[in-house]
Amino acid sequence: MNRYPLWKYAILAVALVIGLLYTAPNFFGEAPAVQVSSGKATLKLEPSFAPRVQQLLEQAGLKPDFVQFEGNSVKARLSDTDAQLKAKDVLSRALNPDPSDPSYIVALNLLSRSPAWLSALHALPMYLGLDLRGGVHFLMQVDMKAALTKKAESLTGDVRTLLRDKNIRHAGITRDGESLELRFRERDTLVAAQQLLADQLPDLQWSESADGGDYKLRGTLKPAAARLVQEQALKQNITTLHNRVNELGVAEPVIQQQGLDRVVVQLPGVQDTAKAKDIIGRTATLEVRMVNESAEAREAERGNGPVPFGSERYLERNGAPIIVFRQVVLTGDNLTDAQAGFDGQTQEPAVHLTLDAKGSRIFRDITRENIGKRMAILLFEKGKGEVVTAPVIRSEIGGGRVQISGRMTTAEAADTALLLRAGSLAAPMEIIEERTIGPSLGADNIAKGFNSVLYGFAAIALFMCVYYALFGVFSTLALAFNLLLLVAVLSMLQATLTLPGIAAIALTLGMAIDANVLINERVREELRAGAPPQLAIHNGYDRAWATILDSNITTLIAGVALLAFGSGPVRGFAVVHCLGILTSMFSAVMFSRGLVNLWYGGKKRLKSVSIGQIWKAEDSGGGKKPAKA
Amino acid sequence: MEFFRIRRDIPFMRHALVFNIISLVTFLAAVFFLVTRGLHLSIEFTGGTVIEVAYTQPADLPKVRSTIESLNLGDSQVQNFGSSRDVLIRLPLGEGVKQTELVDGVFDALCKAEGGALESRQGVSDKGESISKRVCAAGAAEPVSLQRSEFVGPQVGKELAVDGAMALAFVIVGIMIYLALRFEWKFAVAAIVANLHDVVIILGFFAFFQWEFSLAVLAAVLAVLGYSVNESVVIFDRIRETFRRFRKLAPTEVIDHAITSTISRTIITHGSTQLMVLSMLIFGGPTLHYFSLALTVGILFGIYSSVFVAAAIVMWLGIKREDLVKAGSKEIDPNDPNSGAVV
Repeated sequence: MNRYPLWKYAILAVALVIGLLYTAPNFFGEAPAVQVSSGKATLKLEPSFAPRVQQLLEQAGLKPDFVQFEGNSVKARLSDTDAQLKAKDVLSRALNPDPSDPSYIVALNLLSRSPAWLSALHALPMYLGLDLRGGVHFLMQVDMKAALTKKAESLTGDVRTLLRDKNIRHAGITRDGESLELRFRERDTLVAAQQLLADQLPDLQWSESADGGDYKLRGTLKPAAARLVQEQALKQNITTLHNRVNELGVAEPVIQQQGLDRVVVQLPGVQDTAKAKDIIGRTATLEVRMVNESAEAREAERGNGPVPFGSERYLERNGAPIIVFRQVVLTGDNLTDAQAGFDGQTQEPAVHLTLDAKGSRIFRDITRENIGKRMAILLFEKGKGEVVTAPVIRSEIGGGRVQISGRMTTAEAADTALLLRAGSLAAPMEIIEERTIGPSLGADNIAKGFNSVLYGFAAIALFMCVYYALFGVFSTLALAFNLLLLVAVLSMLQATLTLPGIAAIALTLGMAIDANVLINERVREELRAGAPPQLAIHNGYDRAWATILDSNITTLIAGVALLAFGSGPVRGFAVVHCLGILTSMFSAVMFSRGLVNLWYGGKKRLKSVSIGQIWKAEDSGGGKKPAKA
Repeated sequence: MEFFRIRRDIPFMRHALVFNIISLVTFLAAVFFLVTRGLHLSIEFTGGTVIEVAYTQPADLPKVRSTIESLNLGDSQVQNFGSSRDVLIRLPLGEGVKQTELVDGVFDALCKAEGGALESRQGVSDKGESISKRVCAAGAAEPVSLQRSEFVGPQVGKELAVDGAMALAFVIVGIMIYLALRFEWKFAVAAIVANLHDVVIILGFFAFFQWEFSLAVLAAVLAVLGYSVNESVVIFDRIRETFRRFRKLAPTEVIDHAITSTISRTIITHGSTQLMVLSMLIFGGPTLHYFSLALTVGILFGIYSSVFVAAAIVMWLGIKREDLVKAGSKEIDPNDPNSGAVV
């Protein structure tokens, strides 16, 4: 009766092995490592960079455990901190010939010490939250109203151009907050304009009204379009933040969207909030200038002569020098958007730029006067400029829609578009939450959380073993199995462990023992009622199950509510709590039953069960005669 | 070992009136303190700034206080945190003060008061992680160091307060729906009244002692709410079961029997959970202090309210065998996973 079919044992064994495998990486600790990432927005690391780092390290007599490309950086794990510091020096010197203008950022980092075969199984340690490792945390609010206003501003320019091209006479175009307002003298022109605009600008919806003798047409962004604008603004801000944060040389920055209009920035290991804020808040600028193509400039480009008066020398992305005039034609403020795409006719990869009204006018004039010449788009970061692209002007470009194409791959087009956008934030941001945790406090928190779980577990285990004898041992093992599974699931999900998360682990374990208490009490009750041991075990487990399910449902309701409405640390608590409830159902019922079945199941003539003393009121007849069942 | 050698059913319900009066008095006291004193909300809800600094010597609080006051930042609080060397400074949201520069400003002032000067330092932790921080250097010594700071803007605080209230409402409604599906209405009403009474009493404790009510405490309150409703469910199940098994018992006797036969499980389960919570209270440090206090109060009152309040309310509502027998024929269905949940 108390036997499990083989497949149930197999499930338990598999769960145990998976649990052990995925929990294991958390115990290997961390080893020193160096991380190389790009120091410039214009430089992108490729996977092929890893062998180069390996080679550089080996030349210096260092033996890294491994060198790997991950995300957009190359990481090398080293045996000790001395080797780590040496590796950092070697790499910095080799990769950045000019220390004042570093192309690569070499940062110290920590990598899991777990063996490579575990990492290959995606068995990685849990990520420690800032409250456990120290660092700064910012929550930034993106001003979406500003993003929408900016979009409306650029649409105003589009409308003006469209109406002029079609010779539709209007009595004024104004922007009112996030919507446009067009005035017309006659109703016919209004209808014509509305038809044209509805056709050409699908992002806007139009409504008509009369105001005195004039006819008014009001255009607002469609909700879907507005949402898209906001999403793009957020994405662009995140990209920009990434570029800036990279410069801090933080090993593992977290930059994530939170909600619809917020960005979380977490920088482990950084305590200097002033510097972090300074870098996050800085803006890079974009400038459009003409290329100086005179004979002197050509000479200067080759390095054979001085740079002509009124010009400056910059480097292109491929490292070739280029001489551009000092005079700035346009700045990034006039650029409203840059997207990668394809040329309408040749199907070549291209970058599409959108300029605002003022930018379009200047751009039309400058292109008309300079057909056949080159113009350069420069990105200034940290006071240093670099030429992103320097295309040749083929024809006059009006309407503020610019296309750069030719000799580009799709990836290059995407990079260029990103760079052009990365210059500035799509919408201003404001810090609405800031948290700093010192590293010693973090280590302290880990120790405190760990001790809470350890001593709590030990106390419960001791009590269970004394009170329920062998069944208590089974319960304790089941609880340990629960802990193992919980940590394994959290590691698999790559959850971020925080102090509230550790508290949730402790609390969940404290609550999970309930299931085993229910079972053990029920078995005792069956024995007290005179049931034979095997039947008592069977009925005890069977009848306790419904109650266990019940007790977990109410707890789960609370957990889900916290998950749905909680934020930040409370969410971490809720995730662990909910997962813990689920794993506890499996471990407390199936795993402990498996142990009991393994121990007692084979014994045919079982006389007694070791579940502690059972006191029978009926037998004793008033005296103290404990019966051992 | 067997703790509970109970020969006869304990007549809990004979004293129901006394217990209910105690409950009512505690409840009213809790409401009174909530209204008069209010909760001491953490800056997560109110917005504001918290700075924790550590001194190498036991901190001179009056000096710290006067330094902070000289900055004119409004109604600030300075107190020890954990040990005599650690100081916690709370600053309200101020008009016209740039909040994001506040922490640096305060730390700078504290540093100057100790005769040091701020400087940025790049370093490597002993594990090999690079660290950049702002330290207060006075010669070779570092008289005061910034341990932790937290700034919460007003909009975030308001949102968290609203979200917290939503979560509480969600849990109550969810549990009510669950109980209504699971039981007769009398049980559902009794359970929810009993457990809300718990929540109010926990909040009352926080108001009376002016313990800091943070997000973590809210999480603890919600977790304990789900946990102790379950306690009522177990007792109600047993009441239903007893009504069916012993046809001749009067309702009060049925309730007494149900409580008596579940009391051993109730106390052992809660005792185990409390062991874990106690461990957090002792070893968890100041961060988990109020979290585990809320759990402790919640667990203790959870037992009390399930046993004495919920069951008593069911009794006052006049639960009868007929209430259950009607539903009974359906509920004895052995395939129903919820039937006969007993301990």
